[in-house]
Amino acid sequence: MTDVSSTSSLLAVDDRTRRRNAAEKRFRVYGVIAIVLAMLALAGLMTSILTNGLSAFKQTFVTLEVYLDPAKLDKDGSGDLEKIRKVSTFGYAPLIRNTLQTHLDAPNMAVDDLSAKDAVKMISNESAAEMRRFVLANPDMIGETVSFKFLASGRVDGYYKGRVTMESAERDSNISPQQLMFADKLKDAGLLETSFNWGFLTRADASENRPEAAGLGVAILGSLYMMAVVLCLTLPIGVAASIYLEEFAPKNWFTDIVEVNISNLAAVPSIVFGILGLAIFINFAGLPQSAPIVGGLVLTLMTLPTIIISTRASLKAVPPSIRDAALGVGASKMQAVFHHVLPLAAPGILTGTIIGLAQALGETAPLLLIGMVAFVREFPGAPPEGLFDPAAALPVQVYNWTQRADPAFAERASGAIIVLLVFLLFMNAIAIILRRRFERRW
Amino acid sequence: MSAGLVILAVVAIATVGFFVGRAKSLSSAGGDIRQLHSLPSYYGQATFLFAAVPALLVTFAWLILQPMFVASQISGMIVSGDIVEGASRTLVMADVRRIANGLDVAVTAGKLSETGIEKLNTASTDVRALLAGVGVAVASDVQQNILAAAKEFRTLTSTLRIAMAVVAIALSVLGLVVALTRIKPEYRARNVSEQAVKALLILSSLVAILTTVGIIASLVFETLHFFQLYPAKDFFFNLTWNPQFTGGSDLGFIPLLWGTLYVSFVALVFAVPIGLFVAVYLSEYATNRVRSIVKPAVEILAGIPTIVYGLFALITVGPLLRDYFAQPLGLGQSSSSVLTAGIVMGIMLIPFVSSLSDDVINAVPQAMRDGSYGLGATQSETVKQVILPAALPGIVGAILLAASRAIGETMIVVMGAGAAAKLSLNPLEAMTTITVKIVSQLTGDTEFASPETLVAFALGLSLFVITLGLNVLALYIVRKYREQYE
Repeated sequence: MTDVSSTSSLLAVDDRTRRRNAAEKRFRVYGVIAIVLAMLALAGLMTSILTNGLSAFKQTFVTLEVYLDPAKLDKDGSGDLEKIRKVSTFGYAPLIRNTLQTHLDAPNMAVDDLSAKDAVKMISNESAAEMRRFVLANPDMIGETVSFKFLASGRVDGYYKGRVTMESAERDSNISPQQLMFADKLKDAGLLETSFNWGFLTRADASENRPEAAGLGVAILGSLYMMAVVLCLTLPIGVAASIYLEEFAPKNWFTDIVEVNISNLAAVPSIVFGILGLAIFINFAGLPQSAPIVGGLVLTLMTLPTIIISTRASLKAVPPSIRDAALGVGASKMQAVFHHVLPLAAPGILTGTIIGLAQALGETAPLLLIGMVAFVREFPGAPPEGLFDPAAALPVQVYNWTQRADPAFAERASGAIIVLLVFLLFMNAIAIILRRRFERRW
Repeated sequence: MSAGLVILAVVAIATVGFFVGRAKSLSSAGGDIRQLHSLPSYYGQATFLFAAVPALLVTFAWLILQPMFVASQISGMIVSGDIVEGASRTLVMADVRRIANGLDVAVTAGKLSETGIEKLNTASTDVRALLAGVGVAVASDVQQNILAAAKEFRTLTSTLRIAMAVVAIALSVLGLVVALTRIKPEYRARNVSEQAVKALLILSSLVAILTTVGIIASLVFETLHFFQLYPAKDFFFNLTWNPQFTGGSDLGFIPLLWGTLYVSFVALVFAVPIGLFVAVYLSEYATNRVRSIVKPAVEILAGIPTIVYGLFALITVGPLLRDYFAQPLGLGQSSSSVLTAGIVMGIMLIPFVSSLSDDVINAVPQAMRDGSYGLGATQSETVKQVILPAALPGIVGAILLAASRAIGETMIVVMGAGAAAKLSLNPLEAMTTITVKIVSQLTGDTEFASPETLVAFALGLSLFVITLGLNVLALYIVRKYREQYE
């Protein structure tokens, strides 16, 4: 090693020490770089989702005064609801066109080469159906002029969000620069505005060519149903299994098998649970496809190991002296567990359950296999029958929207992710608060 | 009487039993609670169990067996002439069930009376139109024979339903009476009730085993079915994957396995160094303040659902790599590629590697560090020459677990890796994985007789075996290592 006869002082840094110190510094820098990279990845992920998705919460609306022409809607003036019902959504489109024509005829509003027929295309296809629903609900309004707040079409909406420009409209068959110019004029006249889009949270999914009307309502409800199923099944089963394994199970081969099983199940890829659901619940048991009950059952089996593991940890954390004291005053083993150990472990169990539920809420792959990708426009009914109706789920809705061609759906998908992350944040916050507030350290 | 009502009735009887049993135990001891073996409510619980459990068990068994019994009875009534060309017996049975159901609906809607059904004849009435009138659609015109079968189905079902209700309620009352006669002060009611609770606990812990059995059974069964239609040798050794829904497809497993391993490898190349350095820095260098900020932040990455990573790959990382690497270098045109999926999956695995390694590094005894510092080693020399070698088995275990996660990951590769099965080395090309193909073969309208659909089960079984093997190996290594320092 160091030459004994060397004359270097201990206080002067020699070459070798310098090299070692440099290596030390380098190593630390690698560590810092690794942390910075990980943080950058997190930041990149979040900014990507937020910048792409926040605009989904805003939507462009056009407010139009529409004259509900009795000549079109109620030809014989009888006011008979059955006859009004016969007028399809196609019968309502001309009414919107008439209103737009009056706007086009107004001074300073006209745009060259833009007919009212083209201008109608700036309003969502959904509008006629919306009007029809309104008229069927209020048949006595026929003959009046009613102010409607219509959704603007996806392209017009994209124009105000920067997705569509005059140049791209040039090449787009669904929108023309003239229409955009007219939109600008409507905006100046105060008829077109961008405001918060509650419909994104409450509407059902919409078809390929009307992204502006697509919402998360069915998906949120479907996810809620599934979480209810998961909670009702995993909590009792998971807690019961953990109590048996932690407090009662004798040390034998059977217990060993169960334990090994649970730790292996926790690591089985989620898609395998989807295959299980498809083969057992749908093909064998004959449950309906894309129903929240099947999704809930599959997610239950998936979260069960997680919940058993965390419940066992919190049961283990209760000191044995509690059990001994209970047994000492004459409680049976069952009474000691249910009256003393379980209440003390409850905050930990609840925390674990909420985290397990959060995991289940974000799970996508198994739901793809049990038909949750289907296009669902109808809201499922009230439980318990509603659990068997087709529904969507939040993460699957995201996947669904990414598979569609219109870029407006990419924005919606990111927006849906934000909704999903808000739910997860909320659940995790509850878990953390529970842990902080109620968990006892022994 | 519907099944739900029967169950409700049984529960109601049992609840009454609870209160009667509790009251009877007290009166049997002459109102002196100290004379009783157990607390009064345990006598109530025991009575409840006697009244409810046997009756409910019989009800559930009945509900499962009744359709099978009815089907076998009705099946005899259908002669082979009734089975239309191209249909099968099960289809005819489904028709019978639907017509019977339609008749029920017609009765509740008031369009038919029970005597009307007796007289119903296909010659005089258009049964199909009648059923369509109450909202039940039947595929073809109803034949006399099938209508007769449907009528028989209805009567048999309703008779059996009534029989079930009678048997269940009788059993429940019988249980109640037996339990009540047994109530004496010395009756060990608590033991009865606790045995029942314990049985329930054991049943719950069996769910985990049942799940595993279900997974293995469904995978193995359908895989064997697949190998009857498609030779196993071709599945394992064919180098092309080209499913044709018209038949004559190549279903080689190798290209998918290659894609899976390649994507996982790229992911680990990103995740292992970063995760390891994060773990080392956090456990050896970081101040408490830094640790308390960075550790939760890294764990946020672990809590984010994989669909979010998938979307990140699809709309951000993929286009970025295509525009700045693949196209300028002329290596590829698609935004989905092995590198895209690999990088994003690497990000997902960072917290996995770092938190597992953190645990392992913290488990290395402080005395080993102190010994190394005492000999004059710097911190980095201690890490490299003492801590990492000591923690190596645990770290290898962590990496294996991460690899198993990467292989089983679905959403990131579905949205980021592409759908073309290829055997290529270019990381900027789109490739596909086992999980992607399971999803694509099993979503949409699937028919469970074609090898193109059933191959998904063979793929699922391979995936299950690979990940299980990695997990078992990893747990074995970690456990072995842990024993060393405990």
